[in-house]
Amino acid sequence: MTTTAEAHVDNGVNVEALLGVRDALPESPEIAQFQWRSTTSWVHGTHSRSDVETFFGFGEEQQHHTTFSHDVDHPEQFAAQDKGITPVEYVLVALGGCLTAGVAAVAQQRQIQLRSVRATLTAEMDLHGILGADPDARNGFSGVNVSYQIDADATPEEIKALVAQSQKRSAVYDIMTNPTSVTVDVT
Amino acid sequence: MQTTTVVVGAGHCGLAMSRCLADRSIDHVVLERGEVASSWCTRWWDSLRLLTPNWMTRLPGGYAYRGDDPDGYLTAQGVARLIDDYARESAAPVLTGTTVTAVHPASEGYVVRTDQNTWQARTVVLASGACAVPVVPAFAGQLPAGVISVTPDQYRNPAALPDGGVLVVGASATGVQIAEELQRSGRQVTVAVGEHVRVPRRYRGRDIFWWLDAAGVIDERADEMDDLVRARHLPSMQLVGADRTVDLNSLQALGVRVIGRFAGIRDGQAQFSGSLRNVCALADLKLARLLDTIDAYAGGAGERPAPTEVAEVPLGIDLRRGEIRSVVWATGIKANFSWVGVPVFDPRGRLRHEGGVTPWPGLYVIGLPLLRRRRSTFIDGAAADAADLAAHLAAHLDSLASASAS
Repeated sequence: MTTTAEAHVDNGVNVEALLGVRDALPESPEIAQFQWRSTTSWVHGTHSRSDVETFFGFGEEQQHHTTFSHDVDHPEQFAAQDKGITPVEYVLVALGGCLTAGVAAVAQQRQIQLRSVRATLTAEMDLHGILGADPDARNGFSGVNVSYQIDADATPEEIKALVAQSQKRSAVYDIMTNPTSVTVDVT
Repeated sequence: MQTTTVVVGAGHCGLAMSRCLADRSIDHVVLERGEVASSWCTRWWDSLRLLTPNWMTRLPGGYAYRGDDPDGYLTAQGVARLIDDYARESAAPVLTGTTVTAVHPASEGYVVRTDQNTWQARTVVLASGACAVPVVPAFAGQLPAGVISVTPDQYRNPAALPDGGVLVVGASATGVQIAEELQRSGRQVTVAVGEHVRVPRRYRGRDIFWWLDAAGVIDERADEMDDLVRARHLPSMQLVGADRTVDLNSLQALGVRVIGRFAGIRDGQAQFSGSLRNVCALADLKLARLLDTIDAYAGGAGERPAPTEVAEVPLGIDLRRGEIRSVVWATGIKANFSWVGVPVFDPRGRLRHEGGVTPWPGLYVIGLPLLRRRRSTFIDGAAADAADLAAHLAAHLDSLASASAS
């Protein structure tokens, strides 16, 4: 005779803390108002460095445990020095990171143990746009593809549902699929 | 004027509540601004029929549809007649032509002001309906001049709109029904699709509601749901009150163009979300889970609908070019409780309640989506909800009586 215990699912996501925040929102919706920040300093050529240290949220000033620094540049094929990845590649980094965090969180909430998750992101872009060579070509991506390979204790349908739900709750996915008002000024 | 309970609204929910109160000999009055069930006659488009089959129209006291087409779907006028007959048969104490203008707490319960008399009552039941105010996105006001804009409560039939292209915003039951009849009228329809709920009209030879009823899917309780807020805000199921399925595939087969959620307007350019593939995948996955549940109940497996077709679609349409002549905002409808002067609203203005019991003792609400269970969304849910709330209300009256006696 064998006995089975309920498997302990741990993807390392504290879902209870996140749900606790959501439960607090009806009484104090203001804690949900966040501001994200980054400063970008030009270094040389197309190379710049973006630092991220503070943000505002849960009603007060907040800080990462250290200042995260990101080099931004263009590859040698653009006659640049390739000191960092391109801005558009950071967009892919952001999307992949956001969707994958979502997959882990949703899996945790649905009691699905993940063993491995790998997303491959590709984005198509027509240089006619940024070079100003064709007014009909847009500057940005003409399309983005994200392909997941996931090994988890779940059926293929459950895994598809994880990925779909992650898109539904993803900030970066929303930023990329819907228009956002952007204001740039000089002070 | 004095009574024990004022029920606001003589639709099916107010009358169901009245019937349950009468069964408990609780003195009450039902205040109705128009005639019994009048919004069914005046508010909706001509082709509208009930989404639920006639046999599923059951009200407290054993009252139910009595016609010869139990598997058909009532017209709006048919619903109004049925509710009116129910009011008569129940001898419900309805005061028609009486508009409630305010409800306030008072020393012993509530004062209910109307455009006729003022009422004092120990308890009040809000049954004024979930469908009072169309919800339209803020950017609707930015449509270029010359593009006609209507909400579903203003829409009657295709003749009400100009010839030429129509943008139907939203893929709920309302959105897909109006999109279908406009496309059939010879107009090119584009339907903007956000989150939606896809269901077939029939599955394994029976109406989908037969399965939802038999398998207990619509008896799932609100207080046992993981994410009740989200469930209450889902668009209605893509259904038409007829013996056919209407979904994004059937619409595309008629020539309707399906695009992403209408996200905004900039410089006369309508912008659509790039999330269409995912909202369709979500709806297909959700549909598969529902049909799995039915199969688990029934044994065996039925034939599954084809996945939703998603074509390469534009992310923008220039609204100044004349391609879109009118816009129908099937973007939702909500209740109006602006006349309720009782502090039962959360900071976002939403009425607080648990299964229809508000935090202010003696104030109840009935007739909202998923009020106490999934069935609450349909006429057929009023019976159980009214019975539960009448029991709670009676217990509250008993506690008032024992408090004043001691």
